[in-house]
Amino acid sequence: MSTPRAPAEFDANNTASSRLLDIRNVAKNFGNNVVLRDISFEVAEGEFLTILGESGSGKTTLLRIVAGFESATSGELWMGGERLDRLPPYKRRVNTVFQHYALFPHLTVEQNVGYGLRVAKHPEAEVSSRVEQALARVKMTAQAKAKPSRISGGQQQRVALARALVNRPKLLLLDEPLSALDANLRRQMQVELKSLQREVGISFVFVTHDQEEAMVMSDRIALLRMGELEQVATPREIYSRPRTAYSALFIGHTNLLRSEVRDSVVRCGSLSWNAQLPDGAALFSLRPENIRLAASASVAPDSVRFRGKVRHQAFHGATELLQIECPDGLIFSVRTASRADWPGQVEFEFRPADAIPVRESAERN
Amino acid sequence: MFSRAYRTAVTAPPLLWVAVFLLVPYLLMFCYSFWSVSASQTMVHSWNFDNYRQLVTVPVYWQTLLRSIWIAARVTLFSLLLGYPLAYFLSFHAGAKKDLLYQLVIIPLWVSYLVRAYAWKTILGSDGVLNTLLQYVHLTKHPLEFLLYSPFAVVLTLTHIYTPFTFLPIYASLEHIPRTLVEASQDLGAPPLQTFWRVVFPLSIPGVLAGATFAFVLSLGDFLAPLLLGGPSGIMISNIVVSLFGAAYNWPLGAAISLCMLVLVVGLLFVSERLEQKWSFS
Repeated sequence: MSTPRAPAEFDANNTASSRLLDIRNVAKNFGNNVVLRDISFEVAEGEFLTILGESGSGKTTLLRIVAGFESATSGELWMGGERLDRLPPYKRRVNTVFQHYALFPHLTVEQNVGYGLRVAKHPEAEVSSRVEQALARVKMTAQAKAKPSRISGGQQQRVALARALVNRPKLLLLDEPLSALDANLRRQMQVELKSLQREVGISFVFVTHDQEEAMVMSDRIALLRMGELEQVATPREIYSRPRTAYSALFIGHTNLLRSEVRDSVVRCGSLSWNAQLPDGAALFSLRPENIRLAASASVAPDSVRFRGKVRHQAFHGATELLQIECPDGLIFSVRTASRADWPGQVEFEFRPADAIPVRESAERN
Repeated sequence: MFSRAYRTAVTAPPLLWVAVFLLVPYLLMFCYSFWSVSASQTMVHSWNFDNYRQLVTVPVYWQTLLRSIWIAARVTLFSLLLGYPLAYFLSFHAGAKKDLLYQLVIIPLWVSYLVRAYAWKTILGSDGVLNTLLQYVHLTKHPLEFLLYSPFAVVLTLTHIYTPFTFLPIYASLEHIPRTLVEASQDLGAPPLQTFWRVVFPLSIPGVLAGATFAFVLSLGDFLAPLLLGGPSGIMISNIVVSLFGAAYNWPLGAAISLCMLVLVVGLLFVSERLEQKWSFS
C-alpha cells in the first residue's frame, strides 16, 4: 500500500465536534441470554476504534448490530444526525470486512470489488476505473481476473478490503480480519491496514480479541467484557490509567494489590502508603515496570520499599520479568533490566502515584 | 496396503453384479435391436437397421417420443417452479420449523407411487372429487373431460410425484451457501431481490441442474402415470416399449427404442454433469 498522506494525529479530546457514529444505550438479549448491556460510546470521523474483548464478550454482536445484521433489543444508533438502527443493512453507509472475507465464489476478484458499485448502478466506465484504483491500492491488479478460490488468504483479505473501501463508506467495520493469517503476515497487515486507514480517512471499527493488535493499531480501544463496556480510551490511557481490574489485567501485565484504606493510609500486607481515598477495601494496579530496584537514594521521598527473593525469572532480551516473593507472602511481578544472577534477597521500590486505584470488575455468570 | 486376496474379495462381487445385471442385459438389448421377428413370431438373428429405420419413419414412434420429451420438459419446468420457492423458503426463512417442514416434503416419497397415481385418478375422474366440486358450485354443468385421460393428467401427476426430487438437490445447494455471503451482499447495498439474483441463485444452479435432471429423466421414462391417467392422447414412449416387449412380441423394435432413450438420457446426464461442474465453486 502506498505511503500515507501526512497523518493528522488523532485528537482524542476533540471527539464531540467530529462525531460520526453514536452508540446509545445498546442492549441485546438472545432469549434470556444477555449478550450486551447498556453500551454507549462514540466513534469520531477518521478514528480507528477497536472493540476489544475475549470470545463471548459480545464484540462481534455489537459489530453486527452496527452493520445491521442483528437488531438491538434496546438502544439507538445514530450516524450523521440520522437514526441508523432503523435502516436495513443495504441502506447504511457502512461496509464490512468479514472474518472469513465472504468473497463471492462465483465472481472474479474484479467483479467482487465492483459488486457494490454495480448494485448502486454507477456507470460501467466509472465502475471499472474505481475498481482498478481499488485493486491497485491493495496490490491485487495482477489477480483481477482470478476467482477467489485461486488466491491466498492474505490476498483474499486485501480483496475484501478493496471491495468494502471502493464504495467510499463513512464507516468501515472489520470483524477480526487478521485472525486467519499467520503471525508474520498478520504483523505486516496490521501496519498496512493502519496506514491505509490514515490514507483514506474513513473511520474504522475493528474487532479483535488480541490486545497487542488493539494497542498497535487503535486510536481508541473500547474494552468489552461479558457484554459490558469496561473502558473506552486511548491505548496509552487504558494502560496507564486502567479503570477496572479487568482493564488493567487484559491490557498488559500488572500487579493487582488488594488493600485496605483507613484514614488515607493504604495497607497491603506489610506495605503502606498514603492515598486520598475513602475508607474500606481498595484495589490497586501496579505495572511491573513501575517497580524498580531500590537505590540508596529513593526515586521519590514517599516511595514504598519492600524486600523479597527472586522466585522466577523470565528472560525477554533487554528486560526480564521477575517473580518476587515477599516474606509476608505477597508476590510481585517486576520488570527490570536483564541481569544474570540475583542475590537471595533484593530490595525494590515503587512510587505510590504508580499504584492506580481500579474498580473491582463485577463477577457475573 | 491390502493383500491381493482381500482386494479381489472386496471388488469381485460388485463387478460381478454390474456385469451380470447391467452389462450383459445391455449387450443383449444392443444385439436384439439389430435383429427382427419373422411373420411366424420367431426371432431372426440377421443383422439390419430396420428397427431404427421404423423408429424414424413410422409417425407413432417418433411422435410419441417427441410427446414424451414435451411432457417431461413440462414436468421439469413445473417441478422447478414449485420446488425452488419451497426449497428457498425452507432454507432461508423457515426458522425453527425447518426440520418439520422438510419431513413433510419428504413424507410423500414414502408413499407408494401407485397409490399417489390412483389418488389423482379419483380426484380428476368424471365422478371425481374435482368435477363433483366444480358442478356443486355451478362452475360447470358437465364434468370436465380433459381432466383425466389426457397429457394434462400425466403432467400434473408426474409433477406431483417428482417435485420432491427437484426440491432435494435445490435445498441441499441452498443450504450450502454460506449465510455471510448473503450478509456481504446486503452490506454492499444490494436489497433482498438483487441479493437473490446476484448471489443466491447463481450459487444454487448446481442444485437446479441436478433437480431438473432428476425430474426430466425420471418422467421421460415413466410408464405408470400415462398408463393409469394418460388415455390414448397421453401415451408415452415407455408404454410403447412395454407393449412391444409384451403383447406385440417385437423385442427388437422395443430394444431399439430403449437404446435410443438410453443414449438420450446418458447424453443428458453428461451435459448436466459438465454444467454442474462449471457452476460449482467450492
